[in-house]
Amino acid sequence: MNIATPTKIQYEAIIGLETHCQLSTHTKIFCGCSTAFGTPPNTNICPVCMGMPGVLPVLNQTVLEYAVKAGLALNCHISLFSKFDRKQYFYPDLPKNYQISQYDLPIAENGWLEIELVDESGLNPVQKRVGITRLHMEEDAGKLVHAGSDRLAGSSYSLVDYNRTGVPLIEIVSEPDIRSGKEAAEYAQELQRIIRYLGVGDGNMQEGSLRCDVNISVRPIGQQKFGTKVEIKNMNSFSAIQRAIDYEIERQIQSIETNIPVIQETRLWDESNQCTMSMRRKEGSSDYRYFPEPDLTPIELSSGQLKNWQGDLPELPAQKRHRYVSSFGLSAYDARVLTEDRPMAEYFESVIAAGANPKQSANWIMGDITAHLKTTKQSISQLSINPSDLAELIHLIEANTISSKIAKEILPELLVHGGSPQSLIDQKGLTQISDTGLLMAAIDKVLTANPQELEQYRQGKTKLLGFFVGQVMKQTGGRADPKLTNQLLMHKLTD
Amino acid sequence: MLKPEEVRKVASLARLELTPDEEGQFATQLSDILTYIEQLNQLDTTDVLPTTRAIDGSNITREDHLTPYANPRLILQGAPEPEGEFFRVPKIGGE
Repeated sequence: MNIATPTKIQYEAIIGLETHCQLSTHTKIFCGCSTAFGTPPNTNICPVCMGMPGVLPVLNQTVLEYAVKAGLALNCHISLFSKFDRKQYFYPDLPKNYQISQYDLPIAENGWLEIELVDESGLNPVQKRVGITRLHMEEDAGKLVHAGSDRLAGSSYSLVDYNRTGVPLIEIVSEPDIRSGKEAAEYAQELQRIIRYLGVGDGNMQEGSLRCDVNISVRPIGQQKFGTKVEIKNMNSFSAIQRAIDYEIERQIQSIETNIPVIQETRLWDESNQCTMSMRRKEGSSDYRYFPEPDLTPIELSSGQLKNWQGDLPELPAQKRHRYVSSFGLSAYDARVLTEDRPMAEYFESVIAAGANPKQSANWIMGDITAHLKTTKQSISQLSINPSDLAELIHLIEANTISSKIAKEILPELLVHGGSPQSLIDQKGLTQISDTGLLMAAIDKVLTANPQELEQYRQGKTKLLGFFVGQVMKQTGGRADPKLTNQLLMHKLTD
Repeated sequence: MLKPEEVRKVASLARLELTPDEEGQFATQLSDILTYIEQLNQLDTTDVLPTTRAIDGSNITREDHLTPYANPRLILQGAPEPEGEFFRVPKIGGE
């Protein structure tokens, strides 16, 4: 009998991200007000950012520099001619009733960024390029900090803090190349790394210096036409991005399968309920009635200026990951951990530059040193043990001057006080004993002191070898060369 | 002539509430204005670059130096409804 099994339709998600990233300038994009976070409400405001009549905004040159550098780091084509436009919408967080942004001539376009995806065990890295459609400069809006209701008048109102108004942002729009929550989270994380490596922003998601909006639609695999696009906002961690997308993919598939149309709208991620909630119907882009900003001059860049800024770029995380694997023979996992932030990567590279073995250096940094930084809540730049000291420690182990056990014992002191490991072991008399005569003497002593165990060993209980090695170690204060001790003991016992 | 739905859309973007009478009135007025401006299309601008500002120039920028405004309180006091350190504004529908 033939049973026709209904084939389950497979779906794919088409995802693009719009990321707003605050630039770490001292002053706002078009005026000299401070950008400091956490200052009393409405103190960092002036007639320019508050949109008083007759004022003239002037572009902060550092904003331009940072935006171009971010564009270059994202492999974009930088526009040699660029301009600002007004984006009109009425919302109380926007004092001018328009936002100064860039519309048809953004500063950077057509780039890409490489993400690395690993499986659950952290292995089998796969690289994927996500296209960057455009990157443009714009000003941030204010913040609605409190919504109350006036019971007497029966109306409700909001309170606004305009300190954030005019804080410089870059908006980075990705191509719809992303297919899962995991890829999106990895993309956002890589953007954060790049921004931090460049030093153009702090990428802090909790403070809102890095904000991701997600555009997502779902369609049956094989279908050409895109599904209806939904925007999701309000994710303030990478894992929230991943969970919000995974939730939304499921929600849209459910809608399609139960013949409920997916509506084009903006939804908010609700962290406490782990779901997305409808916020508002999306306005079409033509509703913003963009037009060129008449108060600001266009921007013309020379190729010489671009070359200078290109020359300022540091080696970026993806480049470092590749190099650590290909030149240092590290695993993809180690390379990812070490390149997570720039000071860590630079520390590692200095240890190698001082002549230490890369794999050993990676192990020390990712192991004991990272553990120490976590417990003391320090950053690697505050570490007392400098890279050349760590390289010396690794050398001492490789040269058999000290055992790795002794190295681990003296590390806490080095971590706190720094200094040369060689002089510390000299001072403490911790040099490894590799002298056959001295070791034999210690072995003889141990065997004489433990006649019972010796007898048992001779009767075939060879597991006791470890016991004897331990006793020799004890005898020498941990300084006996373990490998040599082993060999000598074996030799002695099989005599 | 502007269609009533076009008038309603422009009004909603401007956050204006219009009565049906006003809609008709503005449809006529806005159409007159657009027709008047329409005359500019008689000119052949094929080879003319769009002008966005009357004064030529580019790259006018400033250094990233702090120049705080002396009296931000004054701006707050000039608002219709200051409340403590904040600007009080009507709540927007749909929130």
